[in-house]
Amino acid sequence: MESLLQIGVFLLLLGAGYFFGRRAEARHYRSIRAGEDRLRHILVLTDRLPPPGMLQDRPCMVNGNVVISVDFFKTIVAGLRNLVGGNISAYESLLDRARREAILRMQQEAADLGARAVINMKFETSRISGSAGSAVGAVEVLAYGTALVAPR
Amino acid sequence: MTILPGSIPPDRHFPYRQPGNRSISAPEKTGMLITNIEVIPNTRVLKHLGLVQGSTVRAKHAGRDIMASIKNIFGGELVSYTELLQESREEAVKRMKEQAAAIGANAVINVRFSTSAIAAGASEILAYGTAVLVEEH
Repeated sequence: MESLLQIGVFLLLLGAGYFFGRRAEARHYRSIRAGEDRLRHILVLTDRLPPPGMLQDRPCMVNGNVVISVDFFKTIVAGLRNLVGGNISAYESLLDRARREAILRMQQEAADLGARAVINMKFETSRISGSAGSAVGAVEVLAYGTALVAPR
Repeated sequence: MTILPGSIPPDRHFPYRQPGNRSISAPEKTGMLITNIEVIPNTRVLKHLGLVQGSTVRAKHAGRDIMASIKNIFGGELVSYTELLQESREEAVKRMKEQAAAIGANAVINVRFSTSAIAAGASEILAYGTAVLVEEH
């Protein structure tokens, strides 16, 4: 009886993770695409020097960060995938979302400053371990760069 | 272009970035220029003053850790951690700026960030760069 209850709770968490996690992911991707359309006018480059035509601009550092948590379903899928090896697509989409969201927040900060480009953009990723020990609890992605604000 | 405090409406998508708490390196606050490029357009470096750095170690209180572990079931953004890390980064940059100001710099170039999780629920944020004295041509 007790083991049945445990299996029940496990399946409930799995179902909740699948349902809410998928919904959250779909909603997040919609908001990312909308944000990318809105902020497309802010160029983001990894070049270390300003492009020609922006050499008179005032630089100011901008950053954007986001912490995204995994859901229970992804944790289990990744655990199973670990046994056989291969792409863990559950984590790939998590990091993809986090990177794109971090860039968007950086672009938003640049847009607030009135900038037209962000150069020397860099990423920094770190793992935030939850209370569950060694499992990946959440990832933080930071995107930072130098915004170029057009001279008055 | 000058940014007046309060001229930026709070954004639904960026709730933690309220007006007044907007940029970690806005030069209008301290007069110190912070960039992560090596050459600042339109300026000339008069003097290199060496490495400056600032770091913070922060942890979240247990209530938020519990909230985070609930989020680990359902997925989604951990807004409280996003805020925590953003605040820590602001603090690290502030300390770096203070160190730079103390040695007579007016800009910090080639700034980098580094993050490391030193214990469960606590992380260290480091900001470092080269302090320089620059002059506009």
